[in-house]
Amino acid sequence: MILNIFTDIHNLLLGLMSAKAVHITELVLIGVAYLGIFAVLGLFLVWLERRVAGFFQLRLGPNRVGPSGLFQTIADALKLVSKELTGTVKADKQLYKIAPYFVITTALMAMALIPFSQEIQAFDINIGVFFLISVSSIGVLGIFLAGWSSNNKYSLIGGMRTGIQMISYELSVGMAVVTMVVLAGTLQISEIVELQKSGWFIFTGHIPAIIAFMIFMIAGTAESNRVPFDLVEAESELGAGFHTEYSGMRFAYYFLAEFVNMFIIASIAVVLFFGGWLSPFGITDAIPFAGLFWFTVKVIAVIFIFMWFRWTFPRFRIDQLLTLEWKYLLPINMVNIVLMALMVWLGLTF
Amino acid sequence: MSYFSDIINGTKSLLIGMRITGKYFFVNFLTRKDVITEQYPDNLETLNMFDRYRGEVTMYHNENNEHRCDACTLCEKACPNGSIEIISDKELNPETGKNVRYIVKHIYHLEMCTMCGLCIEACPQDAIQWGQNFHHVQYDRGKLTKVLNKPGSKIMIKTKEKK
Repeated sequence: MILNIFTDIHNLLLGLMSAKAVHITELVLIGVAYLGIFAVLGLFLVWLERRVAGFFQLRLGPNRVGPSGLFQTIADALKLVSKELTGTVKADKQLYKIAPYFVITTALMAMALIPFSQEIQAFDINIGVFFLISVSSIGVLGIFLAGWSSNNKYSLIGGMRTGIQMISYELSVGMAVVTMVVLAGTLQISEIVELQKSGWFIFTGHIPAIIAFMIFMIAGTAESNRVPFDLVEAESELGAGFHTEYSGMRFAYYFLAEFVNMFIIASIAVVLFFGGWLSPFGITDAIPFAGLFWFTVKVIAVIFIFMWFRWTFPRFRIDQLLTLEWKYLLPINMVNIVLMALMVWLGLTF
Repeated sequence: MSYFSDIINGTKSLLIGMRITGKYFFVNFLTRKDVITEQYPDNLETLNMFDRYRGEVTMYHNENNEHRCDACTLCEKACPNGSIEIISDKELNPETGKNVRYIVKHIYHLEMCTMCGLCIEACPQDAIQWGQNFHHVQYDRGKLTKVLNKPGSKIMIKTKEKK
């Protein structure tokens, strides 16, 4: 049904202009749609974070603007739009200005691959997972540039910490994903989801899949710079870390991108471990839009686990951070890949 | 090997931590039982502050509209901000034949008060005390200047017994 809407729009446009123009128009339309999704998603997740944090801390969280305070973040965003864009005098002006767009662009590029449902996926290539991992590591460049170009010691330390953290934990994310790719045998996201119709990978892959999921969650938290891995913007030590010198909308870009990155990490987890947009046991396969519903529910559940981490664990010290990655996660991950390969080879997966 | 036991113990302690915070979350998410937030302007009728709360300086009046203030002005002198002004007068007591000082107006400027409590400590009669009212919001600054002794009130006849 939703596919029909898309084909209807396609045919309507074909009636108006030539095929090439239609192609370009559709690209623009999809881009605008994804920008909209980006903004709404970011604002929604900020609201969710604050509300969940409230309940964790025996508070209520924002509950004044709109139903359950749902419009609170929109009000905040409007405030940020109206703020002056400040900067330091000796900042590297060009880099300082383009740095936020690195983060936004890469987050948007990664979002193009996310299968919101069977029909809604903007960009389905045969190296999908690989593309996701590589694109999401470019986003670090934006943070790094922000730290460097601000000409502020706190920003610089925050940026450097990002470098350390990303180089370390990129490995773990990658290897946890590779473990699941061994099981799936394909890198294309739509195919990975299709393969899980007989059972989600976390069940079919059992022990190594669960270990991979745990490692992915830990490393994913580090990837999205969230507590307990938020050394990048450790408030008590660095002011605000890499975005200390940013204000107004440029700050908001970082803020939203951080939450959208969390969404992307959660989506990858859902696609690889929990069957993407598939319903449990195929109970709602006949209903249209059900895929979108199940995908959203699963992603929000995974995001909730990230928030649970945030409001439970204290921040790491930088040496503990590196010890955890290089001495624990990486060796476990390597053994886990071999274990998964053995399981697939011997046919021990369900 | 401490390496593997470290992993297991670490995971276990993390899960214990998550169980505790998870309990907080789900209990409050489902029932709002332990939520300590006061929804300030909405619950004005039911919101009562605790006894030691320093909301404002009040003067104690008993049921006969009598207070204990004998206009000694110690509170006025104790106040570092000059928030207290005392207007007093003397009148002849027919029984003893002496002039007795009595209070006309005990003026209290809430807008200048820092709730330091020096006036209350200084008062030898315990005539003034803390009130728990915290909702002082006014559109006019003049409304924050209050007269503490109620109109028509008299000084309490001192009884011999100690308080």
